[in-house]
Parts: sequence; structure tokens; C-alpha cells
Amino acid sequence: MARRNSISFAALLILTLLGAAWVIPLLWTFATAFRPANQSVAVGALISTDWTLENFARAWSYAPFGQYYLNTTILVVGILAMQLVTTTLAAFVFARMEFPGRNLIFLLFLLQLMVPAEALAVPNYITMRKLGLIDTHLAMMLPYVASAFGTFLLRQTFRQVPRELEEAAVIDGCGPLQTLWHVFIPLARPTLVAYGLVSVSYHWNNFFWPMVVTNTPENRPLTVGLALFAKAVEGGSDWALVTAGTVIVILPLLVLFLVFQRQFISSFMHSGIK
Amino acid sequence: MLAPALVLLLVFTIYPMFAAGYMSLFQINMATRQQMVWAGFANYQQLFASPLFRQVMKNTFVFAFGTVPFSIGLAMYLAVQLNRRFRGSALFRTIFFYPTVIPMMSAATIWLFMYTPQYGVVNRLLVLFGFGELNLLGNSATALPAIMLMTVWKDAGYFMLFYLAGLQNLPAELYEAAELDGASPWAQFRRLTLPLLMPTTLFVTTVSLINSFKTVDQLFLMTAGGPNNATNLLLYHLYEQAFSFYDRGVAAALTVILVVILMILAIIQNQWVDKRIHYN
Amino acid sequence: MLLAVLLLMLAGCGGRSTSPGSQSGGQNSSVEISFYYPVAVGGPLTKLIEDMAAQFTKENPDIVVKPVFSGNYADTLTKVQTLIQGGQTPDVAVLLSTDVYTLVDSDAIIPLTDLINADPDGTSYIADFFPAFMANSRIGDTVYGIPFQRSMIVMYYNKELLSQAGFSEPPRNWDELVAAGKAITKPDAGIWGIKIPSDGYPYWMAQVFAIQSGRNLMNDDGTEVYFNSPENLQGVSFMRDLIFTHKVMPEGVISWASTPTDFISGKVGMIYHSSGSLTNITNSANFPFGVAFLPAGPKGYGAPTGGGNFYIFKGIGEAKQQAAWKFIRFMTEPERLAQWSLDTGYVAPRQASWDTQLMKDAVAKDPNYGVARDQLQYARAELSVHNNPQVYKIYNDQIQAIVNGQKGVPEALEEAQRQAEAVLAPFGR
Repeated sequence: MARRNSISFAALLILTLLGAAWVIPLLWTFATAFRPANQSVAVGALISTDWTLENFARAWSYAPFGQYYLNTTILVVGILAMQLVTTTLAAFVFARMEFPGRNLIFLLFLLQLMVPAEALAVPNYITMRKLGLIDTHLAMMLPYVASAFGTFLLRQTFRQVPRELEEAAVIDGCGPLQTLWHVFIPLARPTLVAYGLVSVSYHWNNFFWPMVVTNTPENRPLTVGLALFAKAVEGGSDWALVTAGTVIVILPLLVLFLVFQRQFISSFMHSGIK
Repeated sequence: MLAPALVLLLVFTIYPMFAAGYMSLFQINMATRQQMVWAGFANYQQLFASPLFRQVMKNTFVFAFGTVPFSIGLAMYLAVQLNRRFRGSALFRTIFFYPTVIPMMSAATIWLFMYTPQYGVVNRLLVLFGFGELNLLGNSATALPAIMLMTVWKDAGYFMLFYLAGLQNLPAELYEAAELDGASPWAQFRRLTLPLLMPTTLFVTTVSLINSFKTVDQLFLMTAGGPNNATNLLLYHLYEQAFSFYDRGVAAALTVILVVILMILAIIQNQWVDKRIHYN
Repeated sequence: MLLAVLLLMLAGCGGRSTSPGSQSGGQNSSVEISFYYPVAVGGPLTKLIEDMAAQFTKENPDIVVKPVFSGNYADTLTKVQTLIQGGQTPDVAVLLSTDVYTLVDSDAIIPLTDLINADPDGTSYIADFFPAFMANSRIGDTVYGIPFQRSMIVMYYNKELLSQAGFSEPPRNWDELVAAGKAITKPDAGIWGIKIPSDGYPYWMAQVFAIQSGRNLMNDDGTEVYFNSPENLQGVSFMRDLIFTHKVMPEGVISWASTPTDFISGKVGMIYHSSGSLTNITNSANFPFGVAFLPAGPKGYGAPTGGGNFYIFKGIGEAKQQAAWKFIRFMTEPERLAQWSLDTGYVAPRQASWDTQLMKDAVAKDPNYGVARDQLQYARAELSVHNNPQVYKIYNDQIQAIVNGQKGVPEALEEAQRQAEAVLAPFGR
């Protein structure tokens, strides 16, 4: 583990340079978004003190960002809600139950870890078409609901639940579902929270599958909206607009991240431990 | 109880793999109005004979094996440094990690702006260092490296976090013993840290490789696979075939190829885990 | 319990937009039509379209138009095809005029003959559209599309940069173009003489030189291409020479989007771009600039047309087809087209629009607006063949290879011809 509380000057220099490289794109984007449009590409853009909110007003009027926000919210909440149901059930089964074919089914779950939904976009698209679900929220959600990742994570956590607690619940007359609800889930709360954060984060930022399967602004999430917006605006390469649109999309995320940093970081770290 | 998860899994993961396999044996092309014409392996033959497909595969492998070592190497370096908990390390951690919380699509708009000839930040820096005007995304030789660079920017912080977690689990006694033995920091890193971090490295490599085969968001916005297919990667090519050219048969064949590659990678990773992880 | 919550969520999450292809269940007498449209030039076009759609519904309360913005032309075509395959056929859309073969091949659109003939003024309505624009709207004699947001390539030139370089008039032919370009180009100051975009729609720009060399790139049936003709060889070689021989244009793929921006910031003296960028440039440039015919080649002036047409889709039912036709007639009224043209920079595709007071005043105030219309007499049909997206990609790739210096012109054109012929083979008669 860490021993010293200091690092060499050389290392600090390197970190600073890298840090600058990491942060400058963001700063430049923000700066351009707040500058009057005719200054967006001027040399002094970063240091000038002129600032305006008109790019945001324009961007907001060009594309229904409010609708996009709503859609993305529905999307991530819906996915998470369904994932919680399926993964807790499945994790419980794998952690505590024995039945013929269990290993085979476990293998099937494993397959999902290897083959992401994006790779199967074409067949899944056709399935959605047959189910009549093209351009619906449901279509964006379904391929992700049976999350093997979540299942394995929870299974690991469930396996660590002491047998005595489980047995006590059984003695009290609890069936499997009730045991799950009263014993396992409360004990797994930290994992569930971590998983929730990772899931929401992932699906909030997801682009490809939602793009393939939605057609109209009524269902489009933010990522797809931003892509179409940027492409349309490109007709005139109005960087003030594109950066404003980008800021509209990422500002809440960054703010949330800065405020809840520790939770974010610990969730991501937690979810990686195998 | 398993039913909900299992049903969804079967419908959206298992079945599609077989469906794609089945469809890939037919010619289904809306542009030429072929509905379902039996073709055997013709789609695959067409692909393997196609210079475009070969280029796409080459690009994809260059991309994967270019970004993965870089992201991981950088992530490991950052983690090792930040693990020292010096004053300000938390700030650095935030700085390197924040790209993870924003969508790849917004990273794409940001970097499209950065790479704009003449006034993008990157280009101005290049001019400053005497490289002259460069059109990074418009030049076949530089477009893919440019995409790879922004991908590393986006992903390195995420992997850094896993290394930080891994480092925290390393036993301090080993390091203390090494110090006493007079081992230099570099030797400590090479002999202790690196091997001890192997599980994390393996995990991160797998995730990173899978991610690189899923790369498509930034291509959609920044280059549309160009110039002249310099940045045409497998998933983007698949998308074009399916949704721009309406050649479902070929798209299905590409799906099968992609799935096979991913499974091979997973199997290799599994074998490695067995061999390399057992460690004292 | 959890399952109940789940069911509730599923019900709520059905969130499907009003299915565009089905009759709206609500009012009995009203028809709802979905209208998919792209935006390919800068400006608040979505708002304008939505205003026009609302205006139409106000005047025709029994028809509700639902406009759906779906990206650029390529994205919109993809979306439309996806919808059709998904059984949710849209009702009316604006797509590239050159998509007509693809749409007909996939049996997506209806011929408009009956609808035109049913209108008392149908024939004169169609005759009012400029022939250059109708060329891509027909297959044979059958009309499939109605021109709406049509454009041409024109040359924008920075009067200040030109006069500083000693030119009081914009170049009128290839030789003058090179001369002016050389005089303006100052590599140290980052100023270029000419920029011709080569991403987005590289084939379109390259087509200019084919036409100006005397032969267009395809036949009227859309079954053959002539990428490797001697004329095209001459034309594309000239374009290449601008980069590598005369060095008045930068190497590498030039971005469609940043070309006008470069022009506005004074980094390039002359650009080839869509007439549709005129409004944006007029509003943003703070120096005197002009619009001119593209400098003439060996066989004179010439330019391909571009832009989008209205199409009505198949299988949506009589009522919706009638409603869609009404909407199209509304959107293509002379005054409306004139206003749309001034708001966006697209060329109003009918003669009557140019005769409106609105247009006459605009041209009088700013002659730049009239240039594209004047160049129409030299315009030719845009590259349009069967299996269009594939052929575009084939040619686009080769053009990009040329401007990147990866391939020589003869080699690239032969390759393009070879690949295109393979892709067009199923359609040869």
C-alpha cells in the first residue's frame, strides 16, 4: 500500500502536464459556450471577458433538450428498476439454490458479459420490429435489463451473507422471496447502491443502441439528441452552438459528480472487484 | 425466480446470436430487393474478399491494440502516483476521472472542436510547436491516431480507478521489506507492484478490449468512418451495412464475426486467468 | 410488491410516440401525417419548419402535421427506411432528390402523377419548377418528388482578400481561379486561396468539375456511371492540381462544416459551398463578399443541383396521401418558397417565387441572392443512380483518397468505376 505522502518533482510535473491536457478540452468548451458567437474562434477566446448566455438560449430553441432530459431520465430509471428486480432474483438463485442445469444457465449469463448488446444490434433491432417496439422506451431498455454484470456482483455479495441469518428467517416462516426481501437485500445495500450508480451512469451516457432503435424526439435520449444537434449545426459549423449544446448535456453530470465524488468513485471501484 | 432474467437473456442475448448466424447465410438486401435468398457462405466470402472489410479489420485491431496498452499503462502510472496520497492527489484524481461520467458523444463534440483545423486547441498547439497547419481528422494517416488519442483521454481515468482499488489491497509489509532490502522505487514497482496487480490488469485489459470493439459513438460524429475508411471500425462498418446500405445478410455475417472475436477474447482471458493468477 | 412496481413501470414506459403510420385514434375527422425532414445548413430551421406546419394546420384544421427532425440527409434516409422496415411507414418526408432511385427500388414512395393530374392546375404547377431541379425529380417521365429545399454549389469570394491580391473581379474560369488563388494564398498567415470541402458530400463537389469538363457522371436511367471518362479525368485532375500543383488549397479532407466558418473568419479567399449557406454567411461575415458562378471549365459554366424534395410514401392510405399532397402544395406555394429561400439560402425552385415582390425586393437589396438562380441555366442533375448510398460511398472514398495524396487520379477513378459497376450490375438493363 502507499507508503510515502509525497512524490518526486518530476512525477509532479508530469502529472501537472497530463492534468492540464485532461482539463483544457473541458475548459475550452465551456469558454466557447459562454462567448458571443462571433468570438468563438478568435484567438483570445479563452481569456476574453465577454460572456453571454445567448448561445444556450439558441441551442435550447433549436433542439428539445428538455424532452431529451426527460427521456433519458425515464430510460435510466426504468432500466435500473427492472434490473434491480431481475438481478436480485437471479443472484439469489445462483447464490443459494441448487437445481439441475444450473451450471449451464450460469454459462449463458457469462455469455452476456462477453457479448455486449451493441454487437447484437442488428438481430435485436429485427426482434424489436417484430414485437412492434421500434421507437419506444421499452425497446431502449429491454436488451439491458437482464444484466449479467449485476447478477454476478450481487451473487458475490449474497454469498457472503451469514447462513445463520438466513436460517433464522426460514425458522420464522419466511419463504425464499421473503428471505430475499428481508435478509439479503438490506445486507446488500452498499452493493446495490454502487451498482445503481454505475448502471445509471452507463445508461445515461449510452448512445448506439438508443440511436438505432429510436426515431422521434419523443423517445430520443440526450446522447442521440446531442449527436443529431451537432451534426445539423455543422452545416454552418457554429461552434458556439455546439459547445453550448454540449454544456447543456454535461453540466448536470459534472455538478453531480463533483458533489457526490466519493460515492461515484467508491461505487465504480466497488463494482470492479471480482 | 430466475425466469425474468433468464427469459430476457434468452431473447436479447442468446437468440440474437443464433438469429444472426442464421441470417448470415442468406442474401437479404433491400437495395436490390432480395428478401431471403439462400446464399450459404457467400456473404462471408464476399466479406473476406472485400478490401474494405480487410481495412476495417486492420483498423479495428490497430485501434484495439493501440489504445489498450496506452490506456492501461497510463492508468497504472497515474494510480501508482496518486496512491501516494500527496497533497492535491484527490484533485488530480477528479481531473483524470471526470471524462468517465460524461457521454462519449459529448467527448466527441468536445474533441471535434479541439481538432478543428486552424482554431482547434490541438491544432493551435501544433502550430506553436512548429508543426504547421494539420488537418488531423481529414488526413488518412492521422485520423485514426487522433481518434485513439481522444479514446485514451476518455477511458484512462476509469481504469486508473481500478488500479487504485487494486493498489489499496496490496500488503504494506512486502513493501516495507523491500525498502529495508534497499530496493529502488522502480525495482519495487517491477518486482512487487506489477505482478501483484496482475489480476486488475487482466480485468482491465478485458474490459478495455471489449470496449474497443464496441467503439462507434465518436466515429458517428467525428469522421463517419473516413477519410476514405481510415477510421472505419468493425461496429461502424456493421452499422453502415445494416442501416445505410440495407444489406442485412452481410450485416448478420459481420455480427457473427464480431461475436466470435469477442468470445475468443473472453476465452483467452479465461485461460490466462487460470495460468497467471495463481500467485503467491 | 416489486412485481407490481415493475408492471406499473412497464405500462408507463410504453412511452411510444403516436405511431406515425397509424390513424390517430382521437378525432374522427382529423388526419395526422408525420413529416420527417433533415437539416443540412446552419440556422434555426427546425423552428421555421414547425411554424410552417402549425400554420398549415391552422388553415386546414382537419389535418395535423407532425414534423420530426431526423438529422442530416443521410440520417433521415436511414430513419425513413428503418421506419418502413419497422412497419411504421412515415407519410411525407424531405429527402435528397437523388434518393429517388433508392426509394423506388425499395418500393417506398408513390408516383405523384395521379395527384398532379387531379389538381386543376397540376400541369402548370409542375411546369413552374425549373427544369434543372425537375431532372432529379423524375424517373423517365414519372414525377416522384417535388422540389422544396434545393440548392446549387456557388462560389463565395472575399472581396477584400481578392482586391488586396490585385483582383477587382472574381475569377471566371479555371485559369483565373488558379491565378487568384495563388495571389491570395499566404501559408505563413494561414490564409488559403480556395477551399472545396471533401467530407460530407465529396461527390457533389467533384461533380462540378465533371460537368464543367463536358460530361455528367451518370446516365438518365441511373444504371451507369462514368467516373473514368476522359472528361471526369480532366476535371478531377484539375481539382487535385489545386492542392498539389498550384498549392492554393490545403491537403487532406476539408470539412464541409468548417469551410463557411473559415471563410467568415477571413482564412480563405474563395470557397465552393452550397447556396444554402448564403444566409448564414451574410449574417456572420463582417467584410464585403460576393457570390459568383463557379469558374468555368473547358466546356463552360456548370454545377450540379442539390438539396431535397418532398416524397409521399406508399401504403399509408388514400386519406393520408391526399393530406400529404395538400401539405406539399401548401409548402411549395410561391410566397412560402420565397420566404423559405430567404430564411435559409436555399434556391426557390419555382419561377413564380422569383416573381414575388418579396423575392424581387430581396434580390434588389442583395444581388447575391440571385446568383444561384442565374446559374441554373448551366445546372445539371446531381449524381443519382440505383443503390445510391453505396455508389456515393464508393466515389466519396476515392475522392478522399485523392485529396489525401493516397492515390493518383487515374487510379482512383478506375477503382471507383470498377466498384460502382459491380454494385450497379443487378440494375443494368
